[in-house]
Amino acid sequence: MKLSFLSSYSRSLSVIGLLLLAGLLSWLFLAYKPPAAWAENELRLIASLSLSTLPPLPLDPSNRASADPVAQELGHALFFDVRLSANNQVSCASCHKPELRFTDGLDKAKAIGQSRRNTPSIVGLAYSPWLYWDGRRDSLWAQALSPLEDPQEQASNRMYIARFVTQDPEYRGIYQSVFGEVPDFSDRSRFPEHAGPGLKTAWYAAWETMSREDQQLVNITFANVGKAIAAYERLLVPPPAKFDDYADALVDGQQVPGDIFSNDEVKGLRLFIGEGRCMECHNGPLFTNFEFHNTGIISYPGDLPDRGRVDGLRDVRSNPFNCQSVYSDREPEKCLELIHAREGIELIGALKTPSLRNLSDTAPYMHKGQIKTLKETLEHYNDAPFAMIGHNETEEPLGLLSFELRQLEAFLKTLQAPLEIEQRWLQAPQ
Amino acid sequence: MFKKLMLLKIVLLLPMLAGNVVAQEEEASVLESEQGFYRLSYESQLNPIVINQMHSWILHVDNADGKAVSDAEISVGGGMPQHNHGLATAPSIMAIGNGNYQLQGLRFHMMGHWELELSISSGGIEDKVLVVLDL
Repeated sequence: MKLSFLSSYSRSLSVIGLLLLAGLLSWLFLAYKPPAAWAENELRLIASLSLSTLPPLPLDPSNRASADPVAQELGHALFFDVRLSANNQVSCASCHKPELRFTDGLDKAKAIGQSRRNTPSIVGLAYSPWLYWDGRRDSLWAQALSPLEDPQEQASNRMYIARFVTQDPEYRGIYQSVFGEVPDFSDRSRFPEHAGPGLKTAWYAAWETMSREDQQLVNITFANVGKAIAAYERLLVPPPAKFDDYADALVDGQQVPGDIFSNDEVKGLRLFIGEGRCMECHNGPLFTNFEFHNTGIISYPGDLPDRGRVDGLRDVRSNPFNCQSVYSDREPEKCLELIHAREGIELIGALKTPSLRNLSDTAPYMHKGQIKTLKETLEHYNDAPFAMIGHNETEEPLGLLSFELRQLEAFLKTLQAPLEIEQRWLQAPQ
Repeated sequence: MFKKLMLLKIVLLLPMLAGNVVAQEEEASVLESEQGFYRLSYESQLNPIVINQMHSWILHVDNADGKAVSDAEISVGGGMPQHNHGLATAPSIMAIGNGNYQLQGLRFHMMGHWELELSISSGGIEDKVLVVLDL
């Protein structure tokens, strides 16, 4: 009796063991099964992601200096110049570090104070109709002006900067050759040392004492500073990566080159364009639609949930340096993005889709660096949690298995490539 | 003599021109409105239509008898029904004469199935046309 009990017990154990082994083998089989050949519609999607399909960078009609090589030189110098900050220690490059793909590796940017959000990369942003996570600016040049006066960032003021750039012996000549006339700010009774709207009380008060014409003169010069910085930033475009080599080889109809992509990378790409639904937002050769989406990212510890595009849209419409402003070089009726910007409840808590190129250099991720690793990012989309405000557009969990998330991550890493630009642009001018 | 040659050329060219016009009309497919009051055709500034690019369309509206409708009020809505979201932009429509209208400010931000709903109203007659796009 006792023996028969033992034998039935061990039989059950063996059955369980066999089942476990079968489970493990099928798991391994699923994970290591060689990938199937690409279908026609998959090839079309893959081709649409290749950098070979990226059109040449169009001119920015709101910035007449956007492709001017002299403006690029001026902008390059200004980008790295700490003298544009109140404490002479912070430049654009302090947060947009070239060695980190023009990000800073922090949750939220730290400059003179702490900024509200994560520093996004600048690479490829010249293609974006909107700047900032919430799209509160509509050109690179208008964006470049904001940190200069932001009390948490460079904390300076437009009067000081306009005078500095037009009087500094290094900058004066080059400014003149790009923008023509250099205004005369020497009369201190008309042009105080520090002045700017909405800033420190004393600076604001000084601004209010100025005539509208003089304010406009300062604003024009200040806008030109942004336009020069933008001309430099337009040089920063992503280079082709391993993925592009693979996609181009596929599209050319060559034999699928097994030595470019590993099986995991191929499967990751298949998930990316299919079941992972990543391409709904991360589409086109820059892996972003530059649109605003609520994907249920949890708010930063101690912060209220970010209202995102709802606030950004209001802000960009009233921004005095937007595409329709007098400081823009574009005819107001041609500012189509601004004119046709959408509103609606979908934009509550919605933030701009970032590019997925070069993610290895740009952690932590999301608008406040809430997610530290790619693995956690993929887990977030796999879970699709409820949004704290608004509605998570991704709707439902992806239900991918853990090895599939690993494959997706392997694919994302094939989008990494060093910038193909002369080294001198990636450091302060000598 | 010269005049005769010119005339001959014109006579010879006319059918070719007419042929071109017909071919273009055939390319721009004509959509009938839900209740049959209007016929709409459109031509996109982008051909083929690609994602993430701001562009405009020219719409042409005829009534059921094939007469151009130039005084219609047209509004546009739509989105991706499978994703439960609307358009990425807020397009506008402006009459440009002879039954033509400019639909400005379209940008599609995802690949897949899109639907544009055009509500047309003229002389108190309202009707809708659904334009379906697979990008």
